[in-house]
Amino acid sequence: MKAPPLPLLFTWAALLGLLAATLGLAYVPMPGPMNVVVALGISVAKALLVLALFMKLFRAPALTRAAAAAGLFWLAILFALSATDYLTRKVEHAGDLPAPTGREHQPGNR
Amino acid sequence: MPEAPANPMPEPQYATMEQQADTAAFGMWVFLATEILFFGGMLLAYTWLRASYPEGVAEAGRHTRIVIGSVNTLVLLTSSFTMAWAVHAAEHEQRRALVRLLAVTALLGLLFLGLKGYEYHTEWTEHLVPGLNFHEESAHAQAIELFYFLYFLLTGIHGIHVTIGIGLIVVMAVRARRGAFSSRYYTPVEVTGLYWHFVDIVWIFLYPLIYLVGRSGP
Repeated sequence: MKAPPLPLLFTWAALLGLLAATLGLAYVPMPGPMNVVVALGISVAKALLVLALFMKLFRAPALTRAAAAAGLFWLAILFALSATDYLTRKVEHAGDLPAPTGREHQPGNR
Repeated sequence: MPEAPANPMPEPQYATMEQQADTAAFGMWVFLATEILFFGGMLLAYTWLRASYPEGVAEAGRHTRIVIGSVNTLVLLTSSFTMAWAVHAAEHEQRRALVRLLAVTALLGLLFLGLKGYEYHTEWTEHLVPGLNFHEESAHAQAIELFYFLYFLLTGIHGIHVTIGIGLIVVMAVRARRGAFSSRYYTPVEVTGLYWHFVDIVWIFLYPLIYLVGRSGP
């Protein structure tokens, strides 16, 4: 069996390097939301490597790239429009709240 | 199945073999776009849970099996590499290499499922399965239960995708062995590869969301 093509080999090595990096960095305390930002940033980098070199997306016809972009576009809409609801609710969570029962505001229950 | 003709003709609705191959790949990408949204809904639920109960999710994340999760990530990334290598072998008519690389990819997929099954077993024995035997004493028990509900949903559906992918790869290996592909016609291998890489990409995002959350905490 012939040796693997070097671009694929390098991509694999880069993916494993990024895996080691994200695993190590997860144990480093960072301010605010930086841990999840770093973790997802590394995931995006890994996904781009797979898309570009394993799936050859950026060498695909324009129509194919448009289909892939459409998936991400609608995902962004899903998250953005949902965020306009959930992120604007003023609910202060203190640990685990009991589930609402629907009887909170009945007369004689104040 | 007969040997592949040296000069295969496109189906009647296509002008060239290239157009036929591009159309097949385009069809897979359209399907993958719907798959992004399929997983997107569950990831949105996860995002809400994590934004609402950051401490509960962090505690739940520290319950997960970091070693199995990391090894499984290594396994899937490697299987994507052998899959991409297999497509390269198909393109260059290296039939034996193609069959072997497809077999290795399928075996890595099985290894992933085996490790995942062992992980599910440990979670069952530790009473972490919501709806069946969940029991947790923590102050964040409710959020942890929701986390594990999403964990089983996400990894379960991902596991179904891995299973389908293994099935497709085995079919490709059998067809390749019978000589169904040539450098002019290997579209099924390429399209199967696209599906497999997508399943890998889903895991690339599930890994930090499930296993790495809360690791820098107490």
